[in-house]
This record gives sequence, C-alpha cells and structure tokens, in this order.
Amino acid sequence: MKLKSRHLLGLEGISKEEIGLILDTAETFKEVLERPIKKVPTLRGVTVVNLFYEASTRTRISFELAEKRLSAELVNFSASTSSVKKGETLKDTVKNIEAMKIDMVVIRHQSAGTPYFLTQCLSSSIINAGDGAHEHPTQGLLDLFTLREKYKKIEGLKVVIVGDIKHSRVARSNIWGLKTMGASVAVCGPTTLMPYEIDKMGVGVYSNLDEALRGADVVNVLRIQLERQKGGLLPSLREYANEFGINSDRLKRLNPNFTIMHPGPINRGVEITPEVADGPYSVILDQVTNGVAIRMAVLYLLSGGEGKVE
Amino acid sequence: MNKKTSIEAELIIAGGRIIDPASKLDKVGDIYIRDGKIIKIETKKLIPRKKIRFSPEIIDAFDKIVTPGLIDMHAHLREPGREDEETILTGSEAAVAGGFTSICCMPNTQPPIDNQESVKFIYEKAKSAKCKVYPVAGATKGLKGEELTEIADLVKAGAVAISDDGRPIYSSSLMRYALEYSKMYDLPVISHCEDLALSSDGVMNEGFVSTVLGLKGIPGVAEEVMVARDIRLAEFTKSRVHIAHVSTEGSVNLIREAKRKGVKITCEATPHHFTLTDEIIKTFDTNAKVNPPLRTKKDLDALKKGLKDGTIDCIATDHAPHSIEEKDVEFDAAPFGMVGLETALGLVITELIEKKVLTWIEAIARMTINPVKILKLNAGQIKVGMPADLTVIDPETNWVVEPKEFKSKSKNSPFGGRKLKGRAVLTIVDGKIAYQM
Repeated sequence: MKLKSRHLLGLEGISKEEIGLILDTAETFKEVLERPIKKVPTLRGVTVVNLFYEASTRTRISFELAEKRLSAELVNFSASTSSVKKGETLKDTVKNIEAMKIDMVVIRHQSAGTPYFLTQCLSSSIINAGDGAHEHPTQGLLDLFTLREKYKKIEGLKVVIVGDIKHSRVARSNIWGLKTMGASVAVCGPTTLMPYEIDKMGVGVYSNLDEALRGADVVNVLRIQLERQKGGLLPSLREYANEFGINSDRLKRLNPNFTIMHPGPINRGVEITPEVADGPYSVILDQVTNGVAIRMAVLYLLSGGEGKVE
Repeated sequence: MNKKTSIEAELIIAGGRIIDPASKLDKVGDIYIRDGKIIKIETKKLIPRKKIRFSPEIIDAFDKIVTPGLIDMHAHLREPGREDEETILTGSEAAVAGGFTSICCMPNTQPPIDNQESVKFIYEKAKSAKCKVYPVAGATKGLKGEELTEIADLVKAGAVAISDDGRPIYSSSLMRYALEYSKMYDLPVISHCEDLALSSDGVMNEGFVSTVLGLKGIPGVAEEVMVARDIRLAEFTKSRVHIAHVSTEGSVNLIREAKRKGVKITCEATPHHFTLTDEIIKTFDTNAKVNPPLRTKKDLDALKKGLKDGTIDCIATDHAPHSIEEKDVEFDAAPFGMVGLETALGLVITELIEKKVLTWIEAIARMTINPVKILKLNAGQIKVGMPADLTVIDPETNWVVEPKEFKSKSKNSPFGGRKLKGRAVLTIVDGKIAYQM
C-alpha cells in the first residue's frame, strides 16, 4: 500500500487505512531507533530542506534526526520573520531553493495554508510541520502512535483536549486523526479560546474541566501562551491554572489506566503541574521519542516507499 | 417608419427588448440617438428587420435586451499611485466590457482623492476614458479619520459622495460631523462598516470554515456594530448614509428596520457576496480574500432577500485590482480585494435573474436608476433628452470567465473557469459605441 498524496498537509481527509499504514511503518522504524546503530540507508540520495519560518526546537530536531537516520541529505533554513518583510516573497525563496535540486520540503510557517501554497508552486513533496492554527499532522500522528502503543487500539478511547483550542494546530490535527481512528473526542477550555462552531467537527465542547474529564481515558494538555492574557482573552494565567490546569487532584475523575499527553513545550505550573507532567501516567517523553519514528515513516512513505521496510 | 426621424438619427438601436426601470418600460422597441442623446423611443411602429440589415446606422438588437447604461457606484481604479494594477483608462475599458457606462472611483489612491485638485485630476484623466468616471472623495484628510476634508470644495469640483472606503470613519464623533456637514450639500456619506478592533488581523469570515482552516476570523458583528452605529448617527443627524458592500444577514436586518423607521439610509451588495461563501477559502485561494469577507449561505440568502424586498438598493462591484505578485503569496500576506467589473452583469443574470431571485426590471433598477438617485447623476434612464448611455445584453449567451482575457490590468478574480449566462455585447456612452463584443 502507498499513500494517496505526495504531500502531507494535514490529517483532515486522510483515511483510516493511510493512518494505519503510517503507524505500522513507524513501528518498524521505532525498532531501528532501538538498535545500537540507529541508521538505515532508505533515503540515500534524497535531499530534504527543512524550512522553519517559526521558532521550533522539538519538531525541527525531530525532523532532522528522522532525516539523518534515513540517510537523507538535509539542509536547514530558518527565518525569524517571513521573508516577505525582507523583500523576497516566500514563493521566490522556495523556488530558488528548489532550483538547487531538492526532493522534499518540510515547512513550518505562521500562516495557515502555506504548505498548500507550496504545493502550488513547487514540484517537491511538501510536509507540513505546523502552519498557523491550521494543522500539525506529524504531531497528530505521533500522538496516535503513542496511544496505539499503549492501548493497542485507538477506537473507543475517550480523549479530552484541554486548553487554547482556538489557536492550536495540534488540537485540529488530533481531532481529525482521532475521529478517523474511532476515538471519541472532547475539547475543553475557556470560551474565549474556543473557535466558532468547533462542535461541528464532531467533538464534545466543555468549559468545565471536571465535567470534561469524567470517564476520560486520555488528557491531551495544550500549551497556554502568555500573549493570550495581553490580547484580552484571559484575565490571568493564575486564573487559568486554577480553572483549567491539570493537577493530581483533578485526575481522580479519570479511568484508572489513564494517560497524560502534552505536545510541549510545557509551562510547568500553568496548564499542568510538575508532579503530573513527570508522573507515572505521563507519556510526554514517549511522544517525543515516537515523533522521530513517525517522521521517518512519513518521509519514507512520501518519497514513494510502500508498506514494510527492512 | 418615419423616414425623417430615421435620417435625423445618427444611431438607432432597433428591435431590442427595452427595459427601463425608471419608467417601468419593458417592451420591444427602437431607440433613436443623435448628438449623444436619446431623441426618440418607438415601441409601436418598429423598423422592419430586413431594412436593419442594410442600414449601417441601425444596430440590430433583436433577441437582445437594451437597458440604461449600467452604473457601478463602487470601484477602485488605483490611479494615481498604483498604475501597475489599474488606471482610469484600463478600469473604464473593463467597465464598458462589463456593460457599465458610469463608474464611481473610490478615493483610497496614493495620494488619496481628498482635495479639489485630486478630484479635478480624476475628471481630467476621465476625459480619455471609455466611460463616465465620477470620483468619490475622501471624507477625512488623507483618509486618516482625523479631520474632515474640504467638502464644499470637493462638491464644487464634482465629487459625487464622500467616503474613507477601505477604512471606516472610526471616530463616532467625526462620523457625526461628516454626516452633518455633508448634509449642507445633500451629499451622501458612503460608509465602510468595520469595527477594526473586532476584525483585528482577521483574514476571512469567522465561522466553521475559519475554525477548520485555522485562519483568523473577521466576525459578522465587526460589520454589524458599525452599521448599527451609522444608522443611529444618520437618524440623529437626519443625514444620508450609504452602507457600502453589505455582507451579513444581521446588517440587512438592521438596514431593513432602519428604512421602516424612515432613516435616510441606502446600501449596496456586491456580486461576490451574493454568489460565493467562505467555503471557497478551503483551497486558500488568495483571489477570494476580500473585505468584508465572503460569508455563509445564511448571509448569502439574506442578501438575496434584501435585494428582492428593496432593503438593498444597489448592486456594486467593489472592483479592487491587485497585481499578481501581491496575490501570489501565503494567504495571510495577500491584500484584500477582487476585480468585478467584467463579471458583475453575468453574475447578476446567472445568480439572480436565472434563479428567479429578481426580475429583469428589478435587477436593472439596482444597477441603474437606484444608484443614480443616491448620487444624483444625469444617467440611468431611457428617456428622450437623456444622454444615450445604453447597454445591450445578450441574455442567452453562455460563457466561461477567463481572467486572462479581462480588459482590467489585474486578473485577481475567484471566478476564473466559472460558467455564466448572459453578458453585455454592446455598450454605448453618449451615443458612441464604447464596447462591442
């Protein structure tokens, strides 16, 4: 089996079979990561450009490691601001880079839809590493992978995503992926951080955390940004922590075999208390480990790979 | 036929279905033109068809519809300042190709049209244009929303309305003064209704589609709170306000209610707002990025209802040319606006007349006599003595929008590839053929 598209722009519209294929492939690559020599020649001769228009530590390093472990050639480009402001359009920048003969582009950009825009101007495969508040598909996939690893199947799980849903690409990718795989999803956060008609995505919507957590298997905790307070969306981070922070007291309402997830970076003491983040139910570091395997799988499959790898 | 009149006429539009909303005329007839004016409208003794064929001064309009020249009270012609995107000449070429014989140009040029000299500049340039061009002048100096422009001077130079279009007059007190002052000249204030704090850095309608796409939304209330403000100010000052590009159900309802109360308010809707919804943004097409943004089906239906019951007086294009370079960028970085002069009539026929939303006479009224009443232009009627500004429409022709073929310098239309029915085949300005397909 192959993926239908040459690009990975989001998890919206990706079928259950395709997600299954990516997760199965990632499982194989995870075994590679356990070996003493964590490298395979799979993508030898393939050139990948990592275009990061927005600050990133985890995702960038994760992609870089994935590329290196697949023996791909890689080039990193990061800009703190959009090149539009510097006089060159994004299209010119990427066309110039592509003229140097590359095969794949991994892009992170502050504007939603930019990876799609790249598919219109380039012939390379495009991988979305996060575009504005739109999607972050590899994060969604690594979250699915982590859950499947623990529970064996995703179908039937009750997942609650807590926090700034409005500005979160992680929330959107998780909702699409989880729904496709048969989980039931609820979102919870202050009403000012809830996007318009989010319920139409087929999720439960809560502004009372304790209600949302009742009977849940998984809590995916989103990072809350200080800017939201300045923007008038939140009275204070202190109040946010009181109302929506995940602490051990609240976890009593969860199923006994529950899981705490966080896409990072963590604001300890705001959206999650340290004892929860570092506690036995947290899979936060597993998510990071799995991220490399997922990105290896995505790079491999988008470069034309099929099914199982050696 | 009357031989004498035939000799006197320089041009005759013969055998077309004449639709003149002002006189409620809807009959097949011949229109006689001399010295740029209509000299006779004959609906009884028609010129026989076989004679038409052999007379060069007679234009065969059989099976066509003849209307007063269409009027667009809302276009951006970009001159001075962005002549790479459009000029008064190229804008007028696009206008006549779309069936328009008079257009109003908005003042947000570089520099803006905010003083007598710049109004005169527009008229000077308009002398070589293909159609009549009427400047709407700025309501505030530099369109900065701080001080009123010299409105009396602007009126003397020929400004037909004042507006800071592209931006609202944000200060409620300055809006009040603009309304009060322009009342001395019975000049309408055209208001771009947008609460800038609510629209903030939004790039599309705030709704389910923006939620899915993660694009920053512009809520409908950003428009509606300003419509509500302007209604109260117009009522308080007893002045005339015209709301530009109404896009939401809430705005239509507010304006309907205000009209019922007798407030001197008029408004317009654009073809793109009554045709497209925010669903089209799913492909991140920057040509569909426009302000106010494309809304939802509910809003689209409300606009149609408002057009039908007369709440919405006019159809205007908000023709906003942008260069390819400016639009060929990531969605957030693209400017707002789309061209509309060459697709407006086709959309009106296809979306409103063919779908039985409006009758021909209702649709043409909203593109002729209604804007004329607001702006007090000497146009928009088929009547003896009036300037011979006429549009001949083939209502049956099917065509596909091809932006490359636009006369406009800019091609930023989301309608490329769309199938439309009906278009202008002949446009006459002051008795002269300005466009012939």
